Amino acid sequence: MDFDFAAELPKLLQLLIGVAAFLVVVAVILVLLDRAPMRRRAWTHATILLLPAILLLAIGLVVPAVRTTLLSFMSGDGKEWVGMSNYAWMFTQPEAVIVLRNTLVWVLLVPLLVTSVGLVYAVLVDRTRFESLAKSLVFLPMAISFVGAGIIWRFVYAYRSEEQDQIGLLNQITVAFGGEPQQWLQEAPLNTLFLIVVMVWIQAGFATVVLSAAIKGIPAEIVEAARLDGASPLQMFFRVTLPSIRSAVIVVLVTQSIGTLKLFDIVRTMTGGQFDTSVIANEMYNQAFRYGETGKGAALAVFLFVLVTPIVIYQIRQRREAVR
Amino acid sequence: MSLLSRPRRTALVAGSIGLALVVTACGSADPTPSAGGDDAGASPECAAFSQYGKHEGKTVSIYSPIRDAEADHFEKAWKPFADCVGMKITYEGTGEFEAQIQVRADGGNPPDIAFFPQPGLLERFAKAGKLKPASEEIKKLTAEGWSEDWAKYATVDGVFYGAPLGASVKSFVWYSPKMFTEKGWAVPKTWDELMTLTNTIADSGVKPWCAGIESGDATGWPATDWIEDLMLREAGPEGYDDWVSHKTPFNDPKVTAAVDKVGAILKNEKFVNGGYGPVKSIASTAFQEGGVPITEGKCALHRQASFYANFWPEGTKVAEDGDVFAFYLPGNDPAKKPVLGAGEFVAAFTDRPEVQAVQAYLASAEFPTARMKLATYVTARKGVDPANAQNPIDKLSMEMLQDPSTIFRFDGSDLMPAAVGAGTFWKGMTDWINGKDTKTVLDYIEASWPKS
Repeated sequence: MDFDFAAELPKLLQLLIGVAAFLVVVAVILVLLDRAPMRRRAWTHATILLLPAILLLAIGLVVPAVRTTLLSFMSGDGKEWVGMSNYAWMFTQPEAVIVLRNTLVWVLLVPLLVTSVGLVYAVLVDRTRFESLAKSLVFLPMAISFVGAGIIWRFVYAYRSEEQDQIGLLNQITVAFGGEPQQWLQEAPLNTLFLIVVMVWIQAGFATVVLSAAIKGIPAEIVEAARLDGASPLQMFFRVTLPSIRSAVIVVLVTQSIGTLKLFDIVRTMTGGQFDTSVIANEMYNQAFRYGETGKGAALAVFLFVLVTPIVIYQIRQRREAVR
Repeated sequence: MSLLSRPRRTALVAGSIGLALVVTACGSADPTPSAGGDDAGASPECAAFSQYGKHEGKTVSIYSPIRDAEADHFEKAWKPFADCVGMKITYEGTGEFEAQIQVRADGGNPPDIAFFPQPGLLERFAKAGKLKPASEEIKKLTAEGWSEDWAKYATVDGVFYGAPLGASVKSFVWYSPKMFTEKGWAVPKTWDELMTLTNTIADSGVKPWCAGIESGDATGWPATDWIEDLMLREAGPEGYDDWVSHKTPFNDPKVTAAVDKVGAILKNEKFVNGGYGPVKSIASTAFQEGGVPITEGKCALHRQASFYANFWPEGTKVAEDGDVFAFYLPGNDPAKKPVLGAGEFVAAFTDRPEVQAVQAYLASAEFPTARMKLATYVTARKGVDPANAQNPIDKLSMEMLQDPSTIFRFDGSDLMPAAVGAGTFWKGMTDWINGKDTKTVLDYIEASWPKS
């Protein structure tokens, strides 16, 4: 297809208007700042500078959040009020409960596995000869998008019947050891675990790098003192290393928890939520955008928001304490 | 922080960024090529399009689930029309039409025209007041071109929204004529004959049926087609309509009977899944590959729509005396031949004259004729000569669709509310293949039917 510039003109015009508007806003703010009197801890200045950000936040975040909350109390087409029935659906319908159960499994397992795999790996390769190579290797999957990873792993789990050549790594291994090829992604509830492996594979590198940096930050004196006191390697790990990098571990746990709650790509690419593997974000998309059940989709979104909130609050508290 | 205390410098930075953007914008706008020949409308080949008027410099956008090669053929087919009336048709095909059309309409950025493959989806947009009713001319063209069955599917609350476009016949069973002659099997005329044949083939050591229902987001749809075909045969056209409109509940004994009749084939380890393994492999086999084992002699029968002609491996001859061909999926009574099919509908979000001109052209007999000459295509439009069809299966489909005695019924999952037709029905049938029993699955689908 050839690119027709004439057809793109309206877009370019819009771009121009956008740029001009941006300049005008910046100019207005600067002029206001210049005119405003500089008194009492720069109150006015702070307000003027914050205003655009607050406005954008309101348009982009607060208004949609309120709208979504309202929609969650409405019917699928957003015309009638239905009270709590969308929430009732979420907690009573067996297939919706399975979605919640899966999300719970994900949130419990992924942060735990990612952190422990990352931590063990970081400790094992710390100050060895191949440290940088080993760390790059485990970090590589981070560069692959979730969708890309999902497609790769779908091939790993691919199934072909016994009489055919296997194209999936896992089934090839199974067959090589004399087993029967399995439909890994179709056997609930194990299939959810197979999906979790993918997430851990991607995220372990992140945990390794963060935790490894934290381990390197432990003051050498402490390590040396512990050695002189005759601490065994295990004691070193649990009494010295782990307490010293506690805040880094928490950062990893928290980011992983939030990331897992929002998880969508892996499930959607690998199973599409079939075979009892759906999670909240995937089901929300299905309900709201594929089935036209905006109410149910919104209810799931609100529930997801409620789940993420305590983690965010916890993280903010942690940060405040760290500052003190 | 230093920037904050120096407003002038900030202004300078912001200004230069802005300027850079502007310059880039202008730069890319510069080499504007002139749009199409100006006096193209005067040439003789354009005389055929004179009735659509002149729409110089206008642009009409089309959004559709049809992609890749098929989309290229579409663009090629309407290019003479667009050139002659002087308009530009921007076409965008997407694999996520069902979700994205909603996003675009809600976002205030709808296309001018969308090809809706599901009347149910069209109805949703019509009810939301997003679609424009079709013009009188399109109404007239549809009335002369299609049977009432078809027009009915694009009518919501008495308002007609758009003409049909392409069509496909779903009630086909693909087989290998060579294999049938070699083994001495005959094409069955009734359901009982089909089951006898199935048993005969199974006894010969070949798994008779192969199937694949994996289709990404839409996994499960080929299985729902099976159920629909059987509902149409077991309950009759009226019973089918009642089921689709939910006058008959989804877990009604009639539906159970139809599903179990399908299950007698699809859930029988003796009968499936030729070339792919056990029953469960149906759920993980891509629908495009579902029938391929027929060409390898590992499977004998594959129920799939006419468009499956496109999915055979390169070099497979589709003909009555070729490598593969299809027969009509028989019912209990050989005298009655209800046909299950599908198609797209051309509905518009705007009613500018150029948009209506495109709609009118697509509803005419000229467009499908031009399109058919390029590659495989089936339309139910009367006045289009089936002789133009690219292959025997297209020809057979068109003859079936144009035959006035044919009882045509649209794919039921496309008519049901999206929550069922594009959701729980697909998902439920996938679970059913994967081992859940008929009652659990039908109860689940029934419970998911929107209450309002």
